[in-house]
Amino acid sequence: MCNQTVGLIQAAIEREGIATVSISLLREVASAIKPPRALFVPFAMGFPLGEPNNAPLQHRVIAAALRLLERNDLPMLENFEYDSKENE
Amino acid sequence: MATYDDLSLHVRLFMKGYRFSRHIIDPMPVAKLNRPLNESRFALVTTAGLKTPAQPDFDHSIKMGDTSFRELPNTVDVRTLIESHRSYAFDHSGVQADANLVFPLDRFRELEAKGDIGQLNHRHFSFMGSIVGPRKLIEETAPQVARSLREDGVDAVFLTPV
Repeated sequence: MCNQTVGLIQAAIEREGIATVSISLLREVASAIKPPRALFVPFAMGFPLGEPNNAPLQHRVIAAALRLLERNDLPMLENFEYDSKENE
Repeated sequence: MATYDDLSLHVRLFMKGYRFSRHIIDPMPVAKLNRPLNESRFALVTTAGLKTPAQPDFDHSIKMGDTSFRELPNTVDVRTLIESHRSYAFDHSGVQADANLVFPLDRFRELEAKGDIGQLNHRHFSFMGSIVGPRKLIEETAPQVARSLREDGVDAVFLTPV
């Protein structure tokens, strides 16, 4: 339900003229809600920025999301490029 | 990426039966960022149910979900934040180990220090995302937060579910 809640808050903020970008963990929900800018991440529920205490990975997710803010071909649902083996 | 198949049977059946279409905002309003990232004022919004030790817990007894929010000051020490989220749909160990996983204020402070973003707003906002009946969220609390962000002169908002 968190993903729906994010989309609804995102809509309220955009209505005030403020640009938003969200992280999305559930493709099914974001596809239904259609937020203006969302970054799908391949992480488990509860882990939207990847891993706890992994600042480099958290920064990569944030940087990918912030790049969406500079685009105006909306709505956009982009995938975060991540190889799950890279941390092994 | 998480899909419905990763969720427990109970949660999966609920999600499959839930009519998300009731709450679709069509068309979703679209705002443009009017200045470069490195000149923009940012605020964070999380639905992870975070709160400071002094703030009241989110109310887990409200059947349709607690639509209230907590204001998190930009000066807060992320390590002191308490997760007050009722959902059993996700593993809570990550956020308990590092709240930046769901509310990356330390990462945004680093971006601000490097000059990659303009500045952080003096406050951020936290909701508890497990809201099954979002009418009050749609009509009251989300617009209230949105107006506050506009009054603060915020240019861009980064939102994280949990």
